[in-house]
Amino acid sequence: MDVRKQVLQIIADQAMLDVSDVSMDSTPEDLGIDSLGLVEAIFSIEEQFDISVPFNANDPSESDFDISSVAKIVEGIEKLIAEQKT
Amino acid sequence: MKRVVITGAGTINALGQDVPATFEAMREGRCGIGELEFRDVERLAIRIGGQVKGFEPETVFNRQQMALYDRFTQFTLLAAREAVAQSGLEFKGDLADSSGVVLGTSGGGMTTLDDNYRAVYEEGKNRVHPFIVPKLMNNAATSHVSMEFNVKGPSFTVATACASSNHAMGQAFNMIRSGMCTAMITGGSESMLCFGGVKAWEGLRVMSKDACRPFSATRNGMVQGEGAGVFVFEEYEHARARGAEILGEVLGFAMTSDASDIVMPSKHGAARAISGALRDARVEKTRVGYINAHGTGTAANDKTECAAVADVFGTHADDLMISSTKSMHGHLIGGTGAVELLACLMALKDGVIAPTIGYEEPDPECALDVVPNEAREAEVDVVLSNAFAFGGLNAVLVLGRA
Repeated sequence: MDVRKQVLQIIADQAMLDVSDVSMDSTPEDLGIDSLGLVEAIFSIEEQFDISVPFNANDPSESDFDISSVAKIVEGIEKLIAEQKT
Repeated sequence: MKRVVITGAGTINALGQDVPATFEAMREGRCGIGELEFRDVERLAIRIGGQVKGFEPETVFNRQQMALYDRFTQFTLLAAREAVAQSGLEFKGDLADSSGVVLGTSGGGMTTLDDNYRAVYEEGKNRVHPFIVPKLMNNAATSHVSMEFNVKGPSFTVATACASSNHAMGQAFNMIRSGMCTAMITGGSESMLCFGGVKAWEGLRVMSKDACRPFSATRNGMVQGEGAGVFVFEEYEHARARGAEILGEVLGFAMTSDASDIVMPSKHGAARAISGALRDARVEKTRVGYINAHGTGTAANDKTECAAVADVFGTHADDLMISSTKSMHGHLIGGTGAVELLACLMALKDGVIAPTIGYEEPDPECALDVVPNEAREAEVDVVLSNAFAFGGLNAVLVLGRA
């Protein structure tokens, strides 16, 4: 399974939605994921890919990790995997 | 209703190992936060905290005591010894029967848990020391204080996360005010600075890696501390009759529940606790000169707290001072309200307002007088101490000058 599919699955599980209802341009907010939900989703992502995601829930917009849309999250994860797994 | 005064104070925390040293550090705006030192710290992403350093428990407690006292109990006993000595009270006869111990802690014996889980899970040992249970239990500190000072009345431990100490002291206050008790040993303690304790907090992603900067636009999270604050609360006529020195008076207390979210604070819950405490104290809000803020240095707390203060005080919010001493000693979780009550006593007694250090840049959402970076001399009559816990449980105390 590719990274995109796995991330979508994690986000869908967190939002308690069907994967088909999660679009690449949705924001976590659109999906009803609050800051605590986001922290939990990022934990799942770190566990799934065995990477470390630089994310500060205190001020997500100031983090190095872009969470403005599902597409940005996937892009960020792919980049982190490339950086941390090579 | 009886009046309640404070006749003893004691502490150990990252700023000092007694009250005079802590007051001095607060006056000077010194930072007690530094590199954490304990086993496996290199496996943490967060490596700073307000850790008590240079404290050698083996020089204070004997071998048998060490087997029974977790670090949070050690801290509590040291602070209680200082407070009771200052009060001059000897608990015997009727006074022993009508006095109690109510203390707050969130994690209790967390370093004991950490060490022993490590022994059985990581090191594969199949045997632990026989006193692990009485050492780690949350009421251990309360019980050891009652034993050491022969205090035989109503005694228990309160656990409401970051509001534990304020809830404990509020309870002690009401037990004297109602006539149930003559004197109470109260406050709280915490010792979560161990691998498991910090690792759990790290998971929430609200911790700062460099500093605690409450109310500053540049803040990036909270920093944990450890230690204890313990006080002797006493019925006013009893204290006066024996000529005790009165450090301050407890005027009121209120607690509320947000009933909304397990971690996000609510402006309404905080505001209801603040206005409730003022109503309970029967003081006009314009008399409040200083608030010791909960001020954790997280985006969520600081702006919610400032909005709540602005709501309750209206235009007077611009005339009062509000500072967060967590910038200096860190967030002592269940013990934090107790150490922060010291800043309230210093304001009332010495006319010195402890600063919010690490303040770099104003945040329009926290546009109050946060006493940035330097302590200030000011006469204040009435002060507040705020505590807003995870779980939405809020506890606010109102104190007045002796």
